[in-house]
Parts: sequence; C-alpha cells; structure tokens
Amino acid sequence: MSLEVALVSPERILYTGEADMVVCRTPEGEIAFLTGHAPFVGTLEIAPVRVILTDGAEVKAAVHGGFVEVRDNKVSVLSDVAELPIQIDTARAQLALEKAERDCAESGGADCEQAIRRAKLRIAVAESK
Amino acid sequence: MAGGVERALRRRIKSIQSTKKITRAMELIAASRIVRAQQRVLAARPYIEQLTAVIANLSSAGAGLTHPLLETRESIGSVGFVTITADRGLCGGYNANMHRLTERAVAREKAAGRDYRLIAVGRKGNNFFRYRNYRIDGSFAGFSETPTYEDARAIAADLMAKYESGEIDQAQLIYTRFLSLGSQRATERQLLPLDPKAITETVREEDAGSADAYEFEPSPDEILAELLPRYVEARIFGALLEAAASEQVARQRAMKAATDNANDLIKNLDRVANRARQEMITTEIMEIVGGAEGMAQATAASHDN
Repeated sequence: MSLEVALVSPERILYTGEADMVVCRTPEGEIAFLTGHAPFVGTLEIAPVRVILTDGAEVKAAVHGGFVEVRDNKVSVLSDVAELPIQIDTARAQLALEKAERDCAESGGADCEQAIRRAKLRIAVAESK
Repeated sequence: MAGGVERALRRRIKSIQSTKKITRAMELIAASRIVRAQQRVLAARPYIEQLTAVIANLSSAGAGLTHPLLETRESIGSVGFVTITADRGLCGGYNANMHRLTERAVAREKAAGRDYRLIAVGRKGNNFFRYRNYRIDGSFAGFSETPTYEDARAIAADLMAKYESGEIDQAQLIYTRFLSLGSQRATERQLLPLDPKAITETVREEDAGSADAYEFEPSPDEILAELLPRYVEARIFGALLEAAASEQVARQRAMKAATDNANDLIKNLDRVANRARQEMITTEIMEIVGGAEGMAQATAASHDN
C-alpha cells in the first residue's frame, strides 16, 4: 500500500502520484504521513513539503502556506502559492531576500519578515534539488 | 466621367478588404487563445474542488461552521458588486451584457432601498461605469485575458476588507460563465456571505469524507478561518478564468461575423462596380457608334452635293 498524493495549486496540479511518505510543517511542527494515517486536516507553514516516492526519490516543493488533508491514504496538499524547484528563479529570490532584509532593517514589521521567510524557502528548495 | 463611380467603388472594396484582413487575423488569434483559456479553467478546478471538500469534511467532522464570512447579516444596508468585464472591446455583446446585468442589479438594490458598492474589473467596465456616473469603489484592470491568482487575491482582499468593515453586508459576483465552447452565460451569483449549504452540496461523492474523527492542527475554527478567505479567492479566480475564456469565444464569434459581413459587402460592391464599368463601356460604344454614324451621314451629305 502506498499513499495517493496530490499537490495542488490554483493554477495547476504540481504533482500527483504514489508515494511512501509526505512530510510537511503545520504550526505545531513537522509532521510526516505514512499509509494508514488517521484522517487529518491542518494548515501549512511557509516551509518545504517533501514527498518521498515509492522508489526512494524525493519531490520537493516550496509551499507558502496552505492546507493538508489526509484520509483513506490520500494526501491532498492545497496551497495558493506552491512551486517545484525547476519553477523557482533563484536569482530573483536572492534579490527579493536582499530587498526584504533592507526593508526590515529600515522599518520592520510582519510583512517583510514574511517576505524573508518566503525568499529563504525558495532558495533552500531550489538549492536542494 | 462615369469612370469616377467605378473608381470610388473599387476604393471602398479595397478598404473593406484590409479591414477584413484585420478581423480575420483577430478571429484566428482568439480561436487559438480559446484553447489555452479553456485549459486554464480546467486546471483551476481541482484546487477549488479539493478546497470545497476540505470545508465540507470539516463541517461533517463536527467543526461548527461559524465564521463572519458565513453569517447572513440581519439588515443589509449595502450590496457590493464585483463585475468582470474585458480590457478590450471588439468582442460582440460580451461587455454590454455585463454592463446591463450590473445596471439592472444596482437598480434592483436601489429599489429595495439599499446602497451599492461597485468593484469594476476590466478596463471596459471601468470606463463604462465612470462614463455613466456610477460610483466605483474598487477598480482592477489589465489582466482580463490572462488573470493570475495574484489578481484574484487582490480583488478578494479588497472585497473582504469592505465586508469585514461593514461597508457592504453582501457581495454579488457578476461574470460570464463558461459552460462549454458553445454556451456562455452572463451570471450573477452571491459571493458573500458564503452559503454553507451550497458549499457542502457541491462536493462530489468521492471527495466526501466519512464522518471519521479527524485530527486537526491547529483547531478546526482556526483552520476554517484560514480556509474561507482562500475559498473566496479561489471562487473569484475561477470566475476570472471563466470570464477570460468566454471573452475569447465572444471575440472569435464577433470577428467571424465581421469577416463574413466583409465578404458579403465585397461581393455586393464588386457586382455594383462591375455593372458601373459595363455601363461605362456601353455608353462609350454608343458614343462611338453615334459619332461614326454622324460622320457617315455628314460624308454622304457632302457627296450628294
């Protein structure tokens, strides 16, 4: 038995297929789903979602908030902004990070902290491919 | 000279022919974009379906569906309208249908003694309502053919801010539904408050979860508070995509009609021009014959003398 995984954003389906394990992060911390997991609904943090495929390969996606639902060995990850490593423009993310850090140094506030986290996530996911 | 009529006609035919080239090109471009727009509509469906399923499962698993976005307010002072139009014209009655539907809806609310707030999406709608002296409270444009999720998020944020502050107590979405290639319909739908019954009813059998006890992280209410705004955004995004597809179909159809009309015009004018040319030749022959006869008579007369 394996998990049926769907990684869905409003613009497209990023990934669907079988997998052994899905790892993501909710506000309470990292959580991994294996087959037979109890029904679960949670919100996602700005963090990578990792899908470990049945052949041991790994699909990683930068997920900027969203939801995960698990039931009957089906894992649905819904995110309004989600990107696979090939879709990430590292140079642009680097620029965004620098800009966000400048903004933070000047004014501070939650907005730029979010921006820093987004940019860092993009860079981390893109580099790990 | 009679030749002037023919020349004027030929000039008109030429100008119609160049117009026809333009309408024909627009027709073909629209036709090729329909396919892409249609694919985007289909690509967006899984997300909203899954999102709806999660909300439905949340409610069937015992989370009380209570949230400001779900509650119908007792007295409705003002209704917000989000009208989705195109940025460009030349698409038949597409924009006019949206204008008419919105005007009628606004008139209906006014008759019921309510105020209105207009959020105009698309350049055409903005121009129309400004020209007609409607008060526009939200204006978005420049993406009618290829809307992104970011655009939908901006509209949703504006709308929800108005709703939360009590500026509006209800929101209607006016757009052109894309039912199929052959059928698009101008539609008005309630967007806010969300109707919990409608949400749970639209869930397909296979997506509906059993009433198993779900685990929630964080609490169901907190998840719901996150889910519902995303749901509103996704609804608007879906409407933008359907409107974009409908716009391309409307444009393709309008440009096909224009091309056909140009063909008919050219055919008719060609006939008139040919007749004018024929008439001119006949007149010239008559003149020559008349002249020759006159000469012959004159010569005969001089011989008689």
